[in-house]
Amino acid sequence: MSELRKVSSNPHIRDKDTTTRIMLTVVVALLPAAFFGIYNFGLRAAAVLVISVAFAVLTELLFELLCKKKPTIKDCSAVVTGLLLGMNLPVSVPLWLPAVGSVFAILVVKMLFGGLGKNFMNPALAGRCFLLISFPALMTNFNCDAYTGATPLAALKAGEQVNLMDMIVGRTAGTIGETSLIAIVVGACILILAGIIDLKVPGSYLVSFVIFAALFGALLHRTVDGSFLCAQLAGGGLMLGAFFMATDYTTRPITKKGQYVYGVFLGFLTALFRIFSASAEGVSYAILLGNLLVPLIEKYTMPKCFGKGGERS
Amino acid sequence: MSEKNKVGERLINGIIKENPTFVLTLGMCPTLAVTTSAINGLGMGLSTTVVLALSNLLISALRKVIPDKVRIPAFIVIIASFVTVTQLLLEGYLPSLYASLGIYIPLIVVNCIILGRAEAYASKNPVLPSLFDGIGMGLGFSLALTCIGAVRELLGAGQLFGRQVMPDSYVPFSIFIMAPGAFFVLAALTAIQNKIKIEGTKRGKDMSRIQSGCGGNCLSCEKAKDCSPEDEKKGRAE
Repeated sequence: MSELRKVSSNPHIRDKDTTTRIMLTVVVALLPAAFFGIYNFGLRAAAVLVISVAFAVLTELLFELLCKKKPTIKDCSAVVTGLLLGMNLPVSVPLWLPAVGSVFAILVVKMLFGGLGKNFMNPALAGRCFLLISFPALMTNFNCDAYTGATPLAALKAGEQVNLMDMIVGRTAGTIGETSLIAIVVGACILILAGIIDLKVPGSYLVSFVIFAALFGALLHRTVDGSFLCAQLAGGGLMLGAFFMATDYTTRPITKKGQYVYGVFLGFLTALFRIFSASAEGVSYAILLGNLLVPLIEKYTMPKCFGKGGERS
Repeated sequence: MSEKNKVGERLINGIIKENPTFVLTLGMCPTLAVTTSAINGLGMGLSTTVVLALSNLLISALRKVIPDKVRIPAFIVIIASFVTVTQLLLEGYLPSLYASLGIYIPLIVVNCIILGRAEAYASKNPVLPSLFDGIGMGLGFSLALTCIGAVRELLGAGQLFGRQVMPDSYVPFSIFIMAPGAFFVLAALTAIQNKIKIEGTKRGKDMSRIQSGCGGNCLSCEKAKDCSPEDEKKGRAE
């Protein structure tokens, strides 16, 4: 051992990825669905999105200025939260509603728990559920200029037929960003190709959702056909939730095995809520409940250190 | 310390320095459950105050008679008697409040503030300070519950003590009169209270808790690190 080796503490491998780059990629991936929402529902949808993003960023900035902390709005995570929250609102909401939701999401769920990477729940979804509990009538009013009547999932729940083609393209009532399957899948492909997310969580989520939906549907209706399952898969916030919210780095498990467990759990809960509960949609609550179980899942799926496993001899 | 000073100090201690809700975080069950409106909070607080003051008084008067081994059952019997009296009075004279507080009136028996004060203070101290300790703690509890109730009622229903105060265009956040709202408001008010306390300490005021009679509870005492083991023993014996 004649030559001296450089000794340093970890991390040993560095990547050029930064938080800002990851968050901007997520924003880009969300844009197809957001633009489709604006095209589908009109300019008011754009106003809702702009307000929710602006208030998310402003809340983070103001909080950090008031607490004399270094402003972190450059990492764009507040933009992602605001955009996701806006895309989860119906277009008919009064314009102060996205502002209230964004302030709650950023201030209470994110900043009070320590900021980016320390929140225990997905802020955008927590903001949406806060609004949903506070203003149930406003949040479930999907009537707008373009569409009147029920969302596809509500129609499906009422036992009516739905047009699957319209659901795939996105010409249906619903929240601003959830209607178009194509636009969301395009965004998901961007994320996967850029290496931001992988298919562990969304894959296990969607597959287990189909299995449990078929099982519960069979229990409730005696018969389950393909069109019911396809409509369940394409309808509501499932795709948006599976690719953009369940995959949130902070609130998903860090262990590989844990991510599969988490995905299956979300699929189970979503199917349970959608088929047996009074409301037609259950993705938000499923993901929030999943978020709460993440520490437990991580505890039981932590990989063993080299040399720690196996039988004691 | 003269008796008169001690009485005033007990009141301030209960209302501010050792506020049962915001500082000791005792009695969380009624705090979270009944504070859906300011009037409910006030009603619950005052009923508890009555029970707390009277049970402290009687326990302090009987402190040399009650054998140490059976003191907890004895305290509970005293507390439960006063709760029953309060419950019957409320049912008779304030039936609407009685209806809205419901099961939480009989549950005052197991409110940990009351047993806590009996154990930590009244069973070791003379009658008059014990009475005022009870009144102070009860008023602190009432103040906290009324504040929480007022904020929840204002945000969740746009009203204050049952009167509409918000403009008609205000859309109430119904989450605030549901269970999650109680946690939000309690956390926010506790944070504000801590902030004021920290600012006060910075300006050199003595904001630390006064645990008269110490009680030997070193876990929750900020002065524990300055105490010697002899002090601790003395505190327990007091």
